[in-house]
Amino acid sequence: MSPRAAWRLESLGFGEVYDYVGSKMDWIGDGLPFEGTFADRPRLSTLADAGVPTFGLGDTVRDVRDRLGGWDLGLVLAGPQPVVLGLVRAEALDADDHRRVEEVMEDGPSTYRPHVSAEEMSPQLQDKPAPWVIVTTLSGHLVGVARPEAIHAAARSDGS
Amino acid sequence: MPEEIDRHDVQRLAAAGAQIVDVMGSAEWEESHIAGAVHVPLRKLEQLAPERLDPDRAVITYCYDSL
Repeated sequence: MSPRAAWRLESLGFGEVYDYVGSKMDWIGDGLPFEGTFADRPRLSTLADAGVPTFGLGDTVRDVRDRLGGWDLGLVLAGPQPVVLGLVRAEALDADDHRRVEEVMEDGPSTYRPHVSAEEMSPQLQDKPAPWVIVTTLSGHLVGVARPEAIHAAARSDGS
Repeated sequence: MPEEIDRHDVQRLAAAGAQIVDVMGSAEWEESHIAGAVHVPLRKLEQLAPERLDPDRAVITYCYDSL
């Protein structure tokens, strides 16, 4: 639809016309700002805690132990614009102190996009329970971790 | 010929003054649209574009997704 509009605008005399191929779903999925009735509903972007501990591939189990605090997971990031590669569960702390995060992490955890509403996410968690929901942009950048109880509570308040 | 761009280009061009144009219908617009966008639905483009858009500034069109 937007390529047609772009062509039509050009034919109407607009001199510099671009078509954003990814369009709205690409924009919203990457956590970029949007407006409208949907924007006011509780979504994963607002329910996610950005304070989840993060680690690099070269960190050790000892690093994880030192920095995990009260969390039951840490996320492993890599790359110049860090993306989520894996997760480390608190259970991994049983491993030898000198083992690298790369050896004890779980590769490619399921992630969800920031625009997903609590109302959409809650039934999914009821069908397939999980201890946490990892939220990343389409590009894989970490937004944070949301807890199921917070998602269910937000869904209930949104629907009431 | 309109150039195809990605979200990084959109941010760069918008910061330089480009107009972001949502060409979807009213229901989709009301539900969600890119912050700061202008609504010019495709069905009323000829009528509304001259009213709502500045022909001297760049224009970026978008719809729902890439399909």
